[in-house]
Amino acid sequence: MVTELLFYFLSFVAVLCAIMMVFAKNPVHSILYLIATFFAIAGHYFLLNAQFLGMVHIIVYAGAIMVLFLYVIMMLNLNEEVEPIKSKYQKIAATVAGGLLMLVMVASLRDAEIKTHLPGNEDIGLVSALGNTLFNDYLLPFELSSILLLSAMIGAVFLSKK
Amino acid sequence: MVTYILIKLILVLFVFLLALTVAAYSTYGERKVSAWMQDRIGPDRAGPYGLLQPLADGIKMFTKEELIPSSSSKYLFILGPSLAMLTALMAGVVIPWAGPIELFGQQVSFQVSDINIGILYIFSVVSIGVYGIMIGGWASNNKYSLLGALRASSQMISYEIAMGLAIVALVMKSGTLSLAEIVAQQEGNWMNVVYQPLGFLIFLICAFAETNRAPFDLPECETELIGGYHTEYSSMKLGLFLFAEYINMFVSSAVISSLYFGGYNLPFQEYWGLTGPWLAALQFGFFFLKIVFFIFLFMWVRWTIPRFRYDQLLHLGWKILLPLAIFNIIVTGLVMWANGYLS
Repeated sequence: MVTELLFYFLSFVAVLCAIMMVFAKNPVHSILYLIATFFAIAGHYFLLNAQFLGMVHIIVYAGAIMVLFLYVIMMLNLNEEVEPIKSKYQKIAATVAGGLLMLVMVASLRDAEIKTHLPGNEDIGLVSALGNTLFNDYLLPFELSSILLLSAMIGAVFLSKK
Repeated sequence: MVTYILIKLILVLFVFLLALTVAAYSTYGERKVSAWMQDRIGPDRAGPYGLLQPLADGIKMFTKEELIPSSSSKYLFILGPSLAMLTALMAGVVIPWAGPIELFGQQVSFQVSDINIGILYIFSVVSIGVYGIMIGGWASNNKYSLLGALRASSQMISYEIAMGLAIVALVMKSGTLSLAEIVAQQEGNWMNVVYQPLGFLIFLICAFAETNRAPFDLPECETELIGGYHTEYSSMKLGLFLFAEYINMFVSSAVISSLYFGGYNLPFQEYWGLTGPWLAALQFGFFFLKIVFFIFLFMWVRWTIPRFRYDQLLHLGWKILLPLAIFNIIVTGLVMWANGYLS
């Protein structure tokens, strides 16, 4: 009962903040709405008993990535006067690309199986369960993704040295 | 169930009041310590030995004229100090203030919430702590405030990484992310600082940087930035920013004490022959002494070491502390492997 109420509340907050994020005039306000969205989504993870995922979601997205976004946007002086005017073709191309992306997402979600019930194990989101799964069953993908992140980091350092 | 909630409510209220009181008297302590170090007397007018000084300061803060710059974003301007205060108070939830006791046939734990990822919780609170300063600095619409906010954000992100890696080594050694369990492991054992001296040092330095205390107080550096992110703030909103810093100091002292210095554990407590509430009270007292010591250390460093230059600060964070923290993790792993912990 309480879980259900919380679910609806968090979903409402997440969707509302996401919409506000798109429609906010000021980019700094947009980022703050996005942060609120992330917190609502982290709340969903907690409701699913995936505490580790929820915490890491807050630390990584709300605590690190969004701070960097905010940092960059505060430094850029975003005014309507200095905003470059985009040509008509660019606008049309952007609309088509966005529409295509939406088509792909709708198509992939249309046939997706909607699971209404979690598998029995309640401890599945806890740190030890997650660690065991990651390092036993999914060791190769895990290491590959870490190499991917490392190469991205090296690339960033290389670009900044140029 | 009702008793449980009641106990937790009392505990929350207690931690809240404790944090506020300690923070208020830290301002007094700060001035007394600085006076002592500079061979002055310090505040001595309000009450005996100036003990009512925090009260007088509070009244002054509340009754001062409140200014909101007309060109600023009003809601964000108010949100800034509120967020700073909120995040400062949030981390106290997972700290175990004393060992669990049996009271009226009920298990009472002096920890508001024993979440099994307590360390990650603290870390997330630390990582969102920067928003108060950033939002406040940006909403002020003042270049000095903005510079302070930018400095704060890059400083806090940089030092968070070394801090996290320092904790990783400690978590490897303890094998748990729960603060209550880490403290309980140190009962009747050596304190964690014996096993993790380098990790402790890195964590301490990062704690200084995360609380924006000297020598890392560049976000509010008054000689260059007039006051940094709180230049435009007046009255109690300024008070909240300054107060949040002292609460942060209190909470990080508590975290350092529980992670590395045995938390509430008394030395040789099994030989003292104490049980129940008396033991808990004594444990809390001893924990409090440790916290006071670390708060004093914060002040000691502030009035001893001059402020860094900004490039020196980033150099220290990225090129010295980060490699050292990784080195610490590797050494911890090797020692654990050599002692057969990893099989």
